[in-house]
Amino acid sequence: MLAFVLRRLVQSLLVMFFVALLAFSMFRFLGDPIAQMVGQDTSLQERERLRVELGLNDPVPVQFARYVAGVLKGEFGISYRIGRPVDELIAERLPATLELSFVAALFALLAGIPMGVYTGLYPDRWLSKVLLSLSLMGIALPTFLIGILLILIFGVNLGLLPTFGRGEVVHIGFWSTGFLTISGLKSLIMPAITLGMFQLALIMRLVRSEMLEVLRTDFIKFARARGLSNRAVYFGHALKNTLVPVITITGLQIGSIIAFAIITESVFQWPGMGLLFIQAIQFVDIPVMSTYLILIAFFFVVINLTVDLLYYAVDPRLRVHGGAGGK
Amino acid sequence: MNGMENNVAAPVADTAPALLEVRSLRVEFPTRRGTLVAVDDVSFSLRAGEILGVVGESGAGKSMTGTAIIGLLEPPGRIAGGEILLEGRRIDNLDYERMRRIRGKEIGAIFQDPLTSLNPLYTVGRQLVETIRTHLTMTEAQARRHALDMLKEVGIPAAEERIDHYPHQFSGGMRQRVVIALALCAGPKLVIADEPTTALDVSIQAQIITLLKRLCRDHGTAVMLVTHDMGVIAEAADRVAVMYAGRLVEIGPAQAVIRDAHHPYTRGLMGSIPTIGRDVERLEQIDGSMPRLDAIPPGCAFNPRCRQRFGRCEREKPSLIGQGDRAVACWLHEQGEGAS
Amino acid sequence: MLSQSRFADSLRRFFDSDIWYSFKSSRVTVAAAIVTAVMILTAIFSPWIAPQNPFDPASLDLMDAFTPPVWYEDGVPKYLLGTDDQGRDMLSALMYGARISIFVGFVAVLVSMLIGVTLGVIAGYVGGAVDALIMRIADIQFTFPAILVALLVDGIMRGILPKEVHDDLVLVVIILALGVSGWPQFARTVRGSTLVEKNKEYVLAARVIGLKRSTIMLSHVLPNVLGPVLVIGTINLAIAILGEATLSFLGVGVPPTEPSLGTLIRIGNDFLFSGEWWIVIFPGLTLALLVLSVNLLGDWLRDALNPKLR
Repeated sequence: MLAFVLRRLVQSLLVMFFVALLAFSMFRFLGDPIAQMVGQDTSLQERERLRVELGLNDPVPVQFARYVAGVLKGEFGISYRIGRPVDELIAERLPATLELSFVAALFALLAGIPMGVYTGLYPDRWLSKVLLSLSLMGIALPTFLIGILLILIFGVNLGLLPTFGRGEVVHIGFWSTGFLTISGLKSLIMPAITLGMFQLALIMRLVRSEMLEVLRTDFIKFARARGLSNRAVYFGHALKNTLVPVITITGLQIGSIIAFAIITESVFQWPGMGLLFIQAIQFVDIPVMSTYLILIAFFFVVINLTVDLLYYAVDPRLRVHGGAGGK
Repeated sequence: MNGMENNVAAPVADTAPALLEVRSLRVEFPTRRGTLVAVDDVSFSLRAGEILGVVGESGAGKSMTGTAIIGLLEPPGRIAGGEILLEGRRIDNLDYERMRRIRGKEIGAIFQDPLTSLNPLYTVGRQLVETIRTHLTMTEAQARRHALDMLKEVGIPAAEERIDHYPHQFSGGMRQRVVIALALCAGPKLVIADEPTTALDVSIQAQIITLLKRLCRDHGTAVMLVTHDMGVIAEAADRVAVMYAGRLVEIGPAQAVIRDAHHPYTRGLMGSIPTIGRDVERLEQIDGSMPRLDAIPPGCAFNPRCRQRFGRCEREKPSLIGQGDRAVACWLHEQGEGAS
Repeated sequence: MLSQSRFADSLRRFFDSDIWYSFKSSRVTVAAAIVTAVMILTAIFSPWIAPQNPFDPASLDLMDAFTPPVWYEDGVPKYLLGTDDQGRDMLSALMYGARISIFVGFVAVLVSMLIGVTLGVIAGYVGGAVDALIMRIADIQFTFPAILVALLVDGIMRGILPKEVHDDLVLVVIILALGVSGWPQFARTVRGSTLVEKNKEYVLAARVIGLKRSTIMLSHVLPNVLGPVLVIGTINLAIAILGEATLSFLGVGVPPTEPSLGTLIRIGNDFLFSGEWWIVIFPGLTLALLVLSVNLLGDWLRDALNPKLR
């Protein structure tokens, strides 16, 4: 168990190292940091002095080490575009993105798993066929188009839901939440559905195919031969066996939800990190870009690690019992 | 060929009533290229406590017959004709829920591969308790005690500890013991054992067969032992039924059939066993292979491979004809005389 | 020559096997194939069949801007599907837009394929540390959504290239970004096949008689991975078209002067609230139909060629 966790940890650190290297290279070699910081009329001597001061003349590995040390302390540099420390900008935007991603993931899971189970158990019913066709749309339709269609129907034509922003938010310490106000919750509905739709379709199709596969296995046939009730067979035996792959994929999907939030935030003008990132790309705001990269990578790594541990909790075959096991 | 005339139901000793009676069973699989008949006009019966070996090549319909009896044919497969009676009640036409109550409780099942028969995510104890509590009115604690007794009875060493282990922690032979415990834990009167030893090491096979035999004797459980292994039949079965291409070709007391097979196909199967007092070749071999279900020849399905075929074999399908406690489906035995 | 005959073989197998039968018997697949074919043909021939050249400012009349589709009272037959804010005929813009979208998608997939197949063969053939490095990078990239990688590549290119150069090369940059984001899948599949082929007798035999092992092997590996590469290519085509549309919609893709479907949707998005729904809905539907059809084709191809490939 410990060895397993350690191995995963080392792998995660390796990934983070690669990503940090990439982020640093962008930070250091894309454009001239000095040119971004000073005006046109700054003298060459002045620039050189700044270079020394910022350590830009040090050997690259030293600079990289300094960069990593800064990142660990939460220092990501100053945004070229806004002129404020990046960590402040991110801290302001993070709650919006995380709340949106959380609700979207919840929506995708709570709707996707039951739909997948249903279509897996009753593949020939008409509702299954409808759900499957819809899921195909969910996968093929671009996220932003779903958002636009929702806005057109529920925002413009029916006037039911707000079409941009987070609504009213409540500040609790450093966190700002939209969960506590009516307008905040209403503002969440369409973006969350937009963001969750693709994952919903994916999870549903995955659960369905896993379910179909498990139902064909010998141990399900044997469970039936033991006279277990349908409920025990389907939910006690089949569903639990589909969970391992579902957890894996879902975990990875939660990572992509945070990334896909870029698009949704852009459609709904949601004041999250994704919107910040898109603007950073348009303005080549390297510190924001590299910070976003590191942060997203960090989320992915943490999620992957969690998924591995969950996997481990669900499947006893991965657990190594001391003593009497094996043989 | 109409299967309604079932005066040919296999003979049963007069003393004991039939526990299981299968009459003219027909199992069909509709496919894109027409309907396949996997089991065709099969009739036999089983007495309480009796071990009936069902033998044949793979695809002969023996497993399908067992699956049909416990009502677990996979769609589109279906029972297209005939009746299955358990203690005189028809069970082939029960709805899913009523049949479910019979499975495990009255008819247990053992499948070929113990590696895949158990759910890998639950301990064996949990799977036993679950089965016991589905069929018997017991508290969790009582069920667990019963489960423990079952594990001990099937010969799991250190059962108190092993009950909380997961299937992957057992060896193949031990797993098959667990599967047997699962099949017997609710006290069924009949167990359908589908190739219970095929997936196991040769050294383990005999142990499992001995165990099965002992348990069934102790509990008075009848067994339908599906196998392709004549050695297993000789070792364990009271009677033997031979299937070929979906049909029953011969049935009778195991020792008698082994000693003196009537059907040419059975004789081929028994080829390696020396026959005494009869003027037949030793080591009779069967040429060719069993036809696929979509290419069964007219007449007797075995006729292309039979060395003793004559005109009638290619035109008419023989039915089981009884002689005392034996029956054979072969035109050579039409009038009840022995092989020529 | 060897590879040519192998290729012809696989082609013959393709039509002999159940694949052709399964194609004909799936109505959805046939419909998807027809839609895809019509869209690709329309895209190719749009300069000759489109009513207007929407990329030519001289042909646009601002007076015609915001004309609704023909079935509205204010609609005119000249603009079947209406016009946008520049007075562009929507139908022509759709044709030209699809042309760009499909072109970018195709070339991006070719780039992915080129990178992926090359790296896959190298990884499988050389093995050792090179293999570990390539596949590790593939794994890491594979964890991140392709669109994020594409955005990042796009951002880095903006950092490297001066603004004017970037504007001139914008299509190249997008193709590169999408191409780079899609290579790991190709690499994985090709590496697997390479490993299998590498240990086969004929490769050893070729070496014994002094032939260049790599050349021989390549000619055997490529026909073997043709099927899977085709499947991944088709599915990636849908992903690339979607990716281009997403980049353009986000404003970091194809510029509005020569709009792709995604750019058209971005333009139309601005008029969502003023009632000119057709400016956004028609490009949206076209894009959805295109992506859905290509996706369906890819799914069918995957099931037909190799049910195990996921």
